[in-house]
Amino acid sequence: MTYVEAPLRAFAAITAFWGVVGFLVGVVIALQLAYPLLNLDLEWTTFGRLRPLHTSAVIFAFGGNALLGTSLFIVQRTCRARLFGGDDAGWFLFWGYQFVIVMAALGYVLGITQGKEYAEPEWYVDLWLTFVWVVYLVVFGGTILRRAEPHIYVANWFYLAFIITIAMLHIGNNVSIPVSFGSSHSYSAPAGVQGAMIQWWYGHNAVGFFLTAGFLGMMYYFIPKQANRPVYSYRLSIVHFWTLIFLYIWAGPHHLHYTALPDWAQVLGMVFSVVLWMPSWGGMINGLMTLSGAWDKLRTNPALRFSVTAVGFYGMSTFEGPVMSIRAVNGLSHYTDWTIGHVHSGAMGWVGFITFGALYYLFPVLWRKKGVWSEKLIAWHFWLATLGIVFYITAMWVSGIMQGLMWRAYDELGFLQYSFVETVEAMHPYYVIRALGGVLYLSGALIMAFNLWKTVTSSEAAEPEAAPASAIAVAAE
Amino acid sequence: MFRWLRDHGVIERNLILMGVLTLITVSIGGLVQIVPLFAVETTIERVSGVRPYTPLEQAGRDIYVREGCYLCHSQMIRPFRDELERYGHYSLAAESMYDHPFQWGSKRTGPDLARVGGRYSDDWHAAHLRSPRALVPASVMPPYAFLDRPLDYTDIQDRLRALRTVGVPYTDEMIANARADLEAQARPDADGSAFQGRYARARQGAFDGDPARITEMDALVAYLQMLGTLVDFRDVTPAQLRQP
Repeated sequence: MTYVEAPLRAFAAITAFWGVVGFLVGVVIALQLAYPLLNLDLEWTTFGRLRPLHTSAVIFAFGGNALLGTSLFIVQRTCRARLFGGDDAGWFLFWGYQFVIVMAALGYVLGITQGKEYAEPEWYVDLWLTFVWVVYLVVFGGTILRRAEPHIYVANWFYLAFIITIAMLHIGNNVSIPVSFGSSHSYSAPAGVQGAMIQWWYGHNAVGFFLTAGFLGMMYYFIPKQANRPVYSYRLSIVHFWTLIFLYIWAGPHHLHYTALPDWAQVLGMVFSVVLWMPSWGGMINGLMTLSGAWDKLRTNPALRFSVTAVGFYGMSTFEGPVMSIRAVNGLSHYTDWTIGHVHSGAMGWVGFITFGALYYLFPVLWRKKGVWSEKLIAWHFWLATLGIVFYITAMWVSGIMQGLMWRAYDELGFLQYSFVETVEAMHPYYVIRALGGVLYLSGALIMAFNLWKTVTSSEAAEPEAAPASAIAVAAE
Repeated sequence: MFRWLRDHGVIERNLILMGVLTLITVSIGGLVQIVPLFAVETTIERVSGVRPYTPLEQAGRDIYVREGCYLCHSQMIRPFRDELERYGHYSLAAESMYDHPFQWGSKRTGPDLARVGGRYSDDWHAAHLRSPRALVPASVMPPYAFLDRPLDYTDIQDRLRALRTVGVPYTDEMIANARADLEAQARPDADGSAFQGRYARARQGAFDGDPARITEMDALVAYLQMLGTLVDFRDVTPAQLRQP
């Protein structure tokens, strides 16, 4: 038996590529908020059109390709089974998914959007993605069904929950009527308050299942592999899996505190968001404690450092999230940069770092190399990216809390103390610091891209016995 | 205490069982939170005045969506003292009941726009959109001078028809007259009696300052100028505002 690997190499490489693109667009729009001249007076490069390009590039292109690639890698190895559908299925998923990304991205710059955050692609892209996703479920599930192992490994539970739930959310939130068959525009079926609830049921669980459950699957494979230790607790895996997927779905209304959404729904969203803290930290503990007895590897294995720091950031943002979902806190934080900072500590720290760790592991395995070309460059990437995140999130904490307080400040005569534009002016230094953080993070990613390129072209080839998993493949060829 | 965990092995050996249990587990929260919003009638406050958008306003709204304005401007005023003073009465669910999609937003890089209608003149809006920093030096908004191009409204009837399919109560008469109504609203000297009979409190005007051409600027400014103006809060009683 040989594992399907060629499409997975493509997934791994394109993940690094889209990562650089997504971070670059992020730096551009961060700079636009500090220096609005950078909107360039062109309709295609305004903040309003580039912002969905940034979010989709990092979430769906960088994150999505990482998820598809790693899931197809992990499911074959943990099931000891060849991918269902073989190379053809792998290549179809690869090109089908890239087509989604390119069509969506072209739409954004041309102004084709549904106008719902993280669900911007229009109806024709949505339909195509639905088809690709069903094929994905069949390929993933089909591989599990042919497994040689009696048990389904825990990483696959998370990937399965991610695939199923994203299908449900994607279909549920994209019910819309096109203006006509020739028109790229459509109107969403729900309106107003129902539309808002459905959108944030989707939006928050894009975080919960795309950016969390899927990446936890990554954590459950790559951390034990890199540390060469079993997962800390089997029981904790079970408890935190079921509680996490049950509770996450309820958390959406915390995006709608103090809005026209009825109070009962807001309170439900708040309570479940706070409770969600527990399973989130269950997952963090399970990931971190896997290193028991192997903590010294953090000093010698810089790729593992990425994976473990990712779990640290995961723990931090899953604590910050419940705090921000408390209505009294949210009254201050909502509509401000605090939310943006929170999202980025999760996105750059957790999603980014766990993916970087996975890529540094995958490249040598998939290209049969002894190791990554330069460990020193991994360390450079790590420290640049970490420093970038620190700049980013501290700038956003300060600017977010400051702006929230300025909006509600009164002078001694009982009038509002600041006009809106004064609060915009006050943001300027923090927007510059934030952009600097983004530049550092982007530089790290460029170093990674270079390092991975050199790994493919220049690293020493691995001895067959040095990589047991791939030895099977080599022997069979 | 954890004996039941041993039985988890059954689920771990059966893909279909695990998939079905997962689907059930992740469905519950959404069903509980979403279904009642459609079923409970008091979710939408019982106020009068909210009407479908005029064809020109709807075309402007489509431009608002196209340009991603919602990424920096909310349309949802919260019931706080400072927001009341800055923006006006808190937003009602009823005020966005014909919004496909809703544009409440989640970030205020710029101010809330839920009640921006009537606060500034048409000229101010057009000039501000063309060059925000000419009027507000510290603004970080991109310039939208390109909106001074002709509005393409060839498919306005299709748009209204699609909106009727998703629940906006456009009448046959409104759809039949969509083009005429759009043109009438953008020309201040045209006879607008039929148009105004169909859309209460709609205002005709040369929104971009030039009555001769119908531009995207006309449509966007017409939309901005009606935001938050439909409900007259002098007539609203607390009982009408009560949600479940």
